[in-house]
Amino acid sequence: MKVETKCKIVQKVWLNQDTVYMVLEAGSIVRDTCKAPGQFVHIKCGEGSFLRRPISVCACMEGEPEDTVAIVFERRGTGTDWLAQRACGEYLDVLGFLGNGFTMKPEGRYLLVGGGIGVPPMRGCAQYTMGRSTAILGFRTAQRAILLDCFRQECAQVLVATDDGTMGHHGFVDALVRQVLEKDRDFTAVLACGPKPMLRSVWNVAKEFGVPCQVSMEERMACGVGACLGCATPMADGTMKHVCKDGPIFPAEEVDWNA
Amino acid sequence: MPEYNRTWLPKAEQFAGRCPAERPETDEPWTPAQPIDGLDMSVTLAGMTMKNPVVVASGTFGFGREYGQLYDISRLGGICVKGLTPQRREGNPAPRIAETPMGMLNSVGLQNPGVDAFIAHELPRLRDIDIRIIANISGNTPEEYGVMCEKLSAAGVDMIEVNISCPNVKAGGLAYGTRPELAAEVTEEAKRHSTVPVMVKLSPNVTDITEIARAVEGAGADAISLINTIRGMRIDLKTRRPILKMNTGGLSGPAVFPVAVRMVWEVANAVKVPVLGMGGVSNGRDAAEMMLAGATAVSVGAACFADPYAPVKTVDELAQIAAEQGLCQVSQLTGAVRPW
Ligand SMILES: Cc1cc2nc3c(=O)[nH]c(=O)nc-3n(C[C@H](O)[C@H](O)[C@H](O)COP(=O)(O)OP(=O)(O)OC[C@H]3O[C@@H](n4cnc5c(N)ncnc54)[C@H](O)[C@@H]3O)c2cc1C
Ligand SMILES: Cc1cc2nc3c(=O)[nH]c(=O)nc-3n(C[C@H](O)[C@H](O)[C@H](O)COP(=O)(O)O)c2cc1C
Ligand code: FES
Repeated sequence: MKVETKCKIVQKVWLNQDTVYMVLEAGSIVRDTCKAPGQFVHIKCGEGSFLRRPISVCACMEGEPEDTVAIVFERRGTGTDWLAQRACGEYLDVLGFLGNGFTMKPEGRYLLVGGGIGVPPMRGCAQYTMGRSTAILGFRTAQRAILLDCFRQECAQVLVATDDGTMGHHGFVDALVRQVLEKDRDFTAVLACGPKPMLRSVWNVAKEFGVPCQVSMEERMACGVGACLGCATPMADGTMKHVCKDGPIFPAEEVDWNA
Repeated sequence: MPEYNRTWLPKAEQFAGRCPAERPETDEPWTPAQPIDGLDMSVTLAGMTMKNPVVVASGTFGFGREYGQLYDISRLGGICVKGLTPQRREGNPAPRIAETPMGMLNSVGLQNPGVDAFIAHELPRLRDIDIRIIANISGNTPEEYGVMCEKLSAAGVDMIEVNISCPNVKAGGLAYGTRPELAAEVTEEAKRHSTVPVMVKLSPNVTDITEIARAVEGAGADAISLINTIRGMRIDLKTRRPILKMNTGGLSGPAVFPVAVRMVWEVANAVKVPVLGMGGVSNGRDAAEMMLAGATAVSVGAACFADPYAPVKTVDELAQIAAEQGLCQVSQLTGAVRPW
């Protein structure tokens, strides 16, 4: 089941100079298409952009009269610029939820790892496990840190790393993943979203400690539903899988990390 | 993963400053239109009758599974399936997609499960849908085209579209589409092994498209489709890398529409066989314009990516336009342009 609908923007907050938190009224989308945290929506960004833009779901909220969906996005180019200029009350053309989402057990305990704009999609995982999970969040610098309060409310523990050391650990998230797993490897899985080099190093640490790992992959998309085969990503066994349909979440061992 | 459990969803946050705005009349992305009395939407393409002239273009609609979850695809005249090859192909490395002004480049590279897997796993399901099935094929040699035509004819597709124009396969794909004598050879081989109509799909990446069109007509093609994608390139300013891993790719979408209309017009005037027109068709107006230029039917391709409902909306809008123009048959549009 897939749904395309017009969603009203009901809240818009600038988290920093380039990052917007937006809440949309979602009609029946959540009820009909939400499978698991980690899915994304495909948003039409005005007439100036031909293709839709994939944006991960940050959180879904049960509401009256309609459920709502929160997204967080960074201004990167024409499409996300247009999106960032929308005001409350305007409508967005949303196709969603698409993709598979993380494979999670509600009673599980997860190590959530997010880097940069890969942080928001992990929030759904935190909510799903209702406070049992641990989050490791990485940012370039303290000023770019986002959603910390949300994660602190929704996780057992939150650790932060910054590239320049202005907040938390000075360095990358994989060092923190190692620190946590050294003390306690009793996690159902490591779930990660962020740039590919980060995902690779997180997977390497998880592998070392024998903890399963799922990662959220990115690729340029056209249709978003599996029809055009545009969003191919290579697998370790030499086949191609499609981020929009088979993903965006993949078991880390299936991904071709050298591609 | 078990059925999604909603109990973990938090209650909606209370928003300060909820701004009221006019609600759109409907949340529905598309409401099917009623048939218009006294208007015959059916067309016949090389002996194959379709309930309306709107087809979805090869490679943009998969095998109909995905968009079939959004609406009933039997509202369409036909589906042209993803390009098939004798063996399974994984396609080109990523990135395969680059956006362009009003269009996109792709370098998917004929990723497909192979003709046998299509016949075994996709065709039976498609056969159950009331829609014309056009199998799009690409081969490296004329013999490969022949083998696929034989299998597909026997399996019961309604028509075969011979792709001699895919710009992504180095081994011959482009050569067949750009050299009249090779195009004719492939067409003859396909015809010899087919019991269903054969349509040949032309590449726009040539100096004179009518030359190729006449060559494939002479070799027995029952219909001609055009245009395939136009070769293009985008480069990232910062990294100085082409966006596509293959460096270049094929342009499609509204950006190519005027080129497509011109080429359909030229070809329709140069040959007697019917033409399936495509390239940037996004709505009923585009479809009508393409038909005026000489197309018997039209395909909607990349427009689906911007609006998944584009093909079904095109059907409804085309009917509306035909009715407004007082036509009793939509086929009256075909070739009705009045050139200066
Ligand atoms: C599954 C998935 C989930 C995502 N979730 C988020 C999110 O929650 N928040 C967020 O800020 N960003 C997210 N992204 C990245 C986001 O889609 C891109 O930043 C955005 O498409 C850029 O569009 P633009 O018009 O601003 O940039 P432009 O450079 O103008 O875009 C040009 C074209 O390239 C594509 N493109 C450019 N960068 C990317 C990229 N990194 N990934 C995929 N396509 C790209 C665009 O979609 C467009 O087709 C996600 C990407 C994927 C694949
Ligand atoms: C992602 C994508 C994949 C395509 N794959 C094929 C293919 O396998 N075989 C083929 O003959 N044409 C293929 N095409 C070309 C289309 O069928 C069509 O000729 C072209 O895109 C122009 O129409 P449009 O502008 O409406 O998309 C592909 C186009 C796109 C965008
Ligand atoms: S974007 Fe079309 S298949 Fe994934």
